[in-house]
Amino acid sequence: MQLARVIGDIVVTRKDENLAGIKLMVLQPIAADGSNAGRTLVAVDAVGAGVGETVFFVRGKEASFPFHPVEVPTDAGIVGIVDHWDLES
Amino acid sequence: MILARIVGTVVATRKDPRLVSNKLLVARPMDPHGKSEGNYLVAVDTVDAGVGETVLIVSGSSARMAVGMKDCPVDAAVVGIVDAVEVAAGD
Repeated sequence: MQLARVIGDIVVTRKDENLAGIKLMVLQPIAADGSNAGRTLVAVDAVGAGVGETVFFVRGKEASFPFHPVEVPTDAGIVGIVDHWDLES
Repeated sequence: MILARIVGTVVATRKDPRLVSNKLLVARPMDPHGKSEGNYLVAVDTVDAGVGETVLIVSGSSARMAVGMKDCPVDAAVVGIVDAVEVAAGD
Protein backbone atom coordinates (compact mmCIF):
# COMPACT_ATOMS: atom_id res chain seq x y z
CA MET A 1 0.00 0.00 0.00
CA GLN A 2 1.08 3.57 -0.55
CA LEU A 3 0.47 6.95 1.01
CA ALA A 4 -1.22 9.60 -1.11
CA ARG A 5 -2.99 12.91 -0.88
CA VAL A 6 -6.47 13.24 -2.35
CA ILE A 7 -6.22 16.21 -4.72
CA GLY A 8 -9.50 16.02 -6.58
CA ASP A 9 -12.37 13.99 -7.89
CA ILE A 10 -13.76 13.14 -11.29
CA VAL A 11 -17.27 12.98 -12.69
CA VAL A 12 -17.98 10.04 -14.98
CA THR A 13 -21.51 9.54 -16.26
CA ARG A 14 -21.00 6.85 -18.86
CA LYS A 15 -19.11 4.04 -17.16
CA ASP A 16 -18.87 0.34 -16.51
CA GLU A 17 -22.03 -0.79 -14.72
CA ASN A 18 -20.00 -2.16 -11.80
CA LEU A 19 -18.56 1.31 -11.14
CA ALA A 20 -22.04 2.77 -10.55
CA GLY A 21 -22.37 4.54 -7.22
CA ILE A 22 -18.66 4.44 -6.48
CA LYS A 23 -16.73 7.65 -5.84
CA LEU A 24 -13.62 8.22 -7.97
CA MET A 25 -10.81 10.34 -6.53
CA VAL A 26 -7.62 11.79 -8.01
CA LEU A 27 -4.60 10.83 -5.90
CA GLN A 28 -1.08 12.22 -5.71
CA PRO A 29 1.24 9.62 -4.17
CA ILE A 30 3.52 11.15 -1.54
CA ALA A 31 6.84 10.34 0.12
CA ALA A 32 7.38 10.05 3.87
CA ASP A 33 8.11 13.79 4.09
CA GLY A 34 4.83 14.60 2.39
CA SER A 35 6.37 15.66 -0.92
CA ASN A 36 4.90 14.49 -4.21
CA ALA A 37 6.25 11.13 -5.38
CA GLY A 38 5.23 9.84 -8.76
CA ARG A 39 2.35 10.30 -11.14
CA THR A 40 -1.21 11.09 -10.19
CA LEU A 41 -3.80 8.37 -10.57
CA VAL A 42 -7.51 7.75 -10.16
CA ALA A 43 -8.71 5.43 -7.40
CA VAL A 44 -12.08 4.16 -6.21
CA ASP A 45 -12.99 5.23 -2.70
CA ALA A 46 -14.05 2.56 -0.20
CA VAL A 47 -13.81 4.66 2.97
CA GLY A 48 -15.40 8.04 2.27
CA ALA A 49 -12.23 10.08 1.82
CA GLY A 50 -12.38 13.76 0.86
CA VAL A 51 -10.23 16.20 -1.07
CA GLY A 52 -7.21 17.33 0.96
CA GLU A 53 -7.01 14.22 3.14
CA THR A 54 -4.04 11.89 3.38
CA VAL A 55 -4.96 8.31 2.62
CA PHE A 56 -3.41 4.98 1.86
CA PHE A 57 -4.41 3.02 -1.18
CA VAL A 58 -3.88 -0.42 -2.63
CA ARG A 59 -2.92 -1.19 -6.21
CA GLY A 60 -3.95 -4.12 -8.36
CA LYS A 61 -6.97 -6.36 -8.41
CA GLU A 62 -7.14 -6.21 -4.60
CA ALA A 63 -8.53 -2.68 -4.97
CA SER A 64 -11.91 -4.20 -5.82
CA PHE A 65 -12.08 -6.45 -2.73
CA PRO A 66 -13.86 -3.89 -0.48
CA PHE A 67 -16.80 -4.06 -2.88
CA HIS A 68 -17.04 -7.87 -2.91
CA PRO A 69 -19.02 -9.63 -4.36
CA VAL A 70 -19.32 -6.91 -7.01
CA GLU A 71 -16.39 -7.17 -9.42
CA VAL A 72 -15.46 -3.51 -9.68
CA PRO A 73 -13.05 -2.94 -12.59
CA THR A 74 -10.36 -0.98 -10.77
CA ASP A 75 -6.61 -1.24 -10.24
CA ALA A 76 -6.40 1.30 -7.41
CA GLY A 77 -8.54 1.85 -4.34
CA ILE A 78 -8.44 3.98 -1.20
CA VAL A 79 -8.66 1.66 1.82
CA GLY A 80 -7.81 3.97 4.71
CA ILE A 81 -7.68 7.59 5.84
CA VAL A 82 -4.45 8.47 7.64
CA ASP A 83 -4.82 10.35 10.94
CA HIS A 84 -1.07 10.76 11.35
CA TRP A 85 2.10 8.80 10.84
CA ASP A 86 5.40 8.69 12.68
CA LEU A 87 8.88 7.89 11.47
CA GLU A 88 11.82 6.76 13.57
CA SER A 89 14.50 9.33 12.84
CA MET B 1 -6.68 3.81 -12.92
CA ILE B 2 -5.44 6.57 -15.14
CA LEU B 3 -6.89 9.43 -17.08
CA ALA B 4 -6.19 9.39 -20.81
CA ARG B 5 -7.27 11.01 -24.03
CA ILE B 6 -8.35 8.83 -26.94
CA VAL B 7 -6.19 9.71 -29.92
CA GLY B 8 -6.96 6.93 -32.38
CA THR B 9 -8.24 3.47 -33.16
CA VAL B 10 -6.54 0.17 -33.96
CA VAL B 11 -7.60 -2.15 -36.75
CA ALA B 12 -6.35 -5.73 -36.36
CA THR B 13 -7.54 -8.54 -38.56
CA ARG B 14 -5.42 -11.33 -37.16
CA LYS B 15 -5.82 -11.45 -33.40
CA ASP B 16 -6.71 -13.64 -30.48
CA PRO B 17 -10.24 -15.03 -31.02
CA ARG B 18 -11.37 -13.61 -27.66
CA LEU B 19 -10.63 -10.12 -28.95
CA VAL B 20 -12.93 -10.46 -31.95
CA SER B 21 -15.63 -7.75 -32.08
CA ASN B 22 -13.95 -5.67 -29.41
CA LYS B 23 -13.01 -2.10 -30.33
CA LEU B 24 -9.39 -1.20 -29.69
CA LEU B 25 -8.37 2.39 -29.03
CA VAL B 26 -5.06 4.22 -28.88
CA ALA B 27 -4.88 6.34 -25.73
CA ARG B 28 -2.41 8.91 -24.43
CA PRO B 29 -2.24 9.11 -20.63
CA MET B 30 -2.63 12.58 -19.15
CA ASP B 31 -2.46 14.30 -15.79
CA PRO B 32 -5.59 15.83 -14.14
CA HIS B 33 -4.79 19.18 -15.79
CA GLY B 34 -4.90 17.68 -19.28
CA LYS B 35 -1.14 17.56 -19.88
CA SER B 36 -0.03 14.44 -21.77
CA GLU B 37 2.43 12.16 -20.01
CA GLY B 38 3.92 8.75 -20.56
CA ASN B 39 3.63 6.35 -23.45
CA TYR B 40 0.71 5.65 -25.75
CA LEU B 41 -1.20 2.50 -25.01
CA VAL B 42 -3.82 0.32 -26.66
CA ALA B 43 -6.94 -0.26 -24.62
CA VAL B 44 -10.07 -2.27 -25.28
CA ASP B 45 -13.23 -0.17 -25.26
CA THR B 46 -16.23 -1.21 -23.13
CA VAL B 47 -18.16 2.09 -23.00
CA ASP B 48 -18.30 3.30 -26.64
CA ALA B 49 -15.63 5.96 -26.26
CA GLY B 50 -14.52 8.00 -29.25
CA VAL B 51 -11.48 9.87 -30.49
CA GLY B 52 -10.91 13.12 -28.57
CA GLU B 53 -12.70 12.02 -25.41
CA THR B 54 -11.14 11.90 -21.96
CA VAL B 55 -11.53 8.45 -20.47
CA LEU B 56 -10.76 6.34 -17.43
CA ILE B 57 -8.51 3.34 -18.11
CA VAL B 58 -8.02 0.38 -15.82
CA SER B 59 -4.76 -1.54 -16.19
CA GLY B 60 -3.39 -4.95 -15.36
CA SER B 61 -5.42 -8.01 -14.45
CA SER B 62 -8.25 -5.73 -13.26
CA ALA B 63 -8.95 -4.88 -16.91
CA ARG B 64 -10.49 -8.35 -17.22
CA MET B 65 -13.14 -7.32 -14.70
CA ALA B 66 -14.61 -4.81 -17.16
CA VAL B 67 -17.97 -5.86 -18.60
CA GLY B 68 -17.54 -8.56 -21.24
CA MET B 69 -13.80 -8.93 -20.72
CA LYS B 70 -13.81 -12.05 -18.57
CA ASP B 71 -10.91 -14.34 -19.58
CA CYS B 72 -9.91 -12.04 -22.45
CA PRO B 73 -6.21 -11.36 -23.07
CA VAL B 74 -6.27 -7.66 -22.19
CA ASP B 75 -4.34 -5.52 -19.71
CA ALA B 76 -5.98 -2.14 -20.36
CA ALA B 77 -9.67 -1.34 -20.66
CA VAL B 78 -11.60 1.89 -21.05
CA VAL B 79 -14.26 1.75 -18.30
CA GLY B 80 -15.58 5.31 -18.22
CA ILE B 81 -15.94 8.52 -20.18
CA VAL B 82 -14.89 11.46 -18.03
CA ASP B 83 -17.23 14.47 -17.89
CA ALA B 84 -15.19 16.62 -15.51
CA VAL B 85 -12.03 16.56 -13.42
CA GLU B 86 -11.98 18.77 -10.34
CA VAL B 87 -8.62 19.40 -8.74
CA ALA B 88 -8.03 21.36 -5.52
CA ALA B 89 -6.32 24.73 -5.89
CA GLY B 90 -2.55 24.40 -5.59
CA ASP B 91 -2.48 20.83 -6.86
